[in-house]
Amino acid sequence: MPRALKRFFLYLAVAGIVIWTVAPYLWLIISSLSLKIDLLTVPLRWIPPRLTLENYYSLFFTRGSESVNARLFFHSLGNSAMISLTTMFICLILGVLAAYAIARLRFKGSNMLVLLMMATQLVPPIVLVVPLYVIMRKVDLLDKHLGLILVDISIVLPLVIWLMRGYFASIPSELEDAARIDGCTHLGALFRVILPLSGPGLVSVMIFAFIAAWNEYLYAFIFTNIDAKTIPVLIGEFSTKLGLEYLRIAAAGVLASLPPILLALVFQRFIVRGLTSGAIK
Amino acid sequence: MKITRPRSRPVFDDPRTLGLLLIAPAMLAILGVVLLPMFNSLWLSFQQHDLSRPQEDAFVWLRNYADLLRDPRYLNSLQATFKFSLFSVLLELALGVAIAIILNQEFRGRGFVRGLMILPWAMPSIVNAAMWKWIYNADYGALNALLAQLHIIDHYQVWLAEPTTAMILIILANVWKETPFTVILILAALQTIPEDLYEASRVDGATEWQSFLGITLPLIMPVLMIAGLLQFIWGFQTFELIYIVTGGGPFSSTEMTNLRVYATTFRSLRFGYGAAMAYLTSLIIFIPAVVYIRSAYRKVVEV
Repeated sequence: MPRALKRFFLYLAVAGIVIWTVAPYLWLIISSLSLKIDLLTVPLRWIPPRLTLENYYSLFFTRGSESVNARLFFHSLGNSAMISLTTMFICLILGVLAAYAIARLRFKGSNMLVLLMMATQLVPPIVLVVPLYVIMRKVDLLDKHLGLILVDISIVLPLVIWLMRGYFASIPSELEDAARIDGCTHLGALFRVILPLSGPGLVSVMIFAFIAAWNEYLYAFIFTNIDAKTIPVLIGEFSTKLGLEYLRIAAAGVLASLPPILLALVFQRFIVRGLTSGAIK
Repeated sequence: MKITRPRSRPVFDDPRTLGLLLIAPAMLAILGVVLLPMFNSLWLSFQQHDLSRPQEDAFVWLRNYADLLRDPRYLNSLQATFKFSLFSVLLELALGVAIAIILNQEFRGRGFVRGLMILPWAMPSIVNAAMWKWIYNADYGALNALLAQLHIIDHYQVWLAEPTTAMILIILANVWKETPFTVILILAALQTIPEDLYEASRVDGATEWQSFLGITLPLIMPVLMIAGLLQFIWGFQTFELIYIVTGGGPFSSTEMTNLRVYATTFRSLRFGYGAAMAYLTSLIIFIPAVVYIRSAYRKVVEV
């Protein structure tokens, strides 16, 4: 095949990949900015004749009998932010300490503990949902922020430990040895020598933790009802129970997906490294 | 001459004590939310525990499991889940390899296009579900509009009303979201293959297809195995996509095991039977999970 023709096919294939990846999401965005009447035309005009923020506006601001939706949306957005950020910080602290112990202290049985932790990632959430529901009802954690945070931590933490462990292992141990000779304790070495060198690792772990907690659906769906309802649960309700107008669901979907997607696009280097270093979701 | 002794270190600086101390909170959080309920669930699965008929609560040994093996709706859901996961994995791997190989070529804007791969991965799965439901909408969905404009169909179809197309469409929605993960893994694997290998095979007169089969495929096979296993396990865990897009219909054709567990437990309030269902399904995917753990173990030991 001549070179020019080959280049042509390559660019054609790349264009196909770009369209396949972006088109569905782009259509969601376009829909969220459209008036319903413009999307009902046959044949459909892919670029609508006018754009509107009406669908977004209606999610946030009260208008007559629809006030419930607006309140729900604000409330759930706040819950999601609060739960994801708390989960992220707790996981960061617990994860760094545990990962340091596994990577550097290498005591007997530490490998077994890592494996046990990885194994918990493969327990299907649906197995845990039924007994957790029973337990949480007993200790009054249903529909509480704390309940969902605890569950989210257990999902996110193994991943954080796995990634941080890899990161710590890549820092030369001579640096730490030098600090130890100067009289530093292990913890002193962790905070004064290792952590200052781990910036990128910490950033990637925080992003992973935030995205995982923000996107989590099943547990939030089962364990929250009103007070602690997160934004994914609300979107699920919009399209099932509440039967909200599609274009408003689209607007809510765009808003809910913006934090994880923007974070992922901005910090993609960190994420790609993280994904490939453990083959863990 | 006086020998200065090194400053004594606190007791908890001993690697073993400190190690256990540091790892304890994390282990407690993880195992408390996973291990404890796992045993609790096993115990629950041996009981009849219907919230609607508490007077009949009893320990029934393996009766729930025996009933499950004769429960046509459960067996149907198992079959649907298997179909969904298997075809999802096959498509994700095939598409993943193809896309990764293309993105591994030299072209303008390569970094940008690779970056786009992160978009479906980062998207909340519930938004993915709502998005595809909207695209598949019978009256004004983008799929109908597109196919009509391409003259593939003459009038709009109700895609989700037909079992086979409903299954194909949820697989497609799943593949769109999950393929990028596979692409990212394969791209990383491709970059570790030395260019010399291809040069050598070119000198030997091999075609590009031959060097793909002889060099690329064997070298990315371990990664393909891991990606395939993980995707298969995740396929079994799919919930929101089906719950939102088809609700398990039409005629239970897309009703996966997770939906069945949910309906049994939280709609029919049969907690014992629901726990048994979740357990039995997990045992079925336990085997691929063990294979995965073993390969991960090798990694841990290597590091």
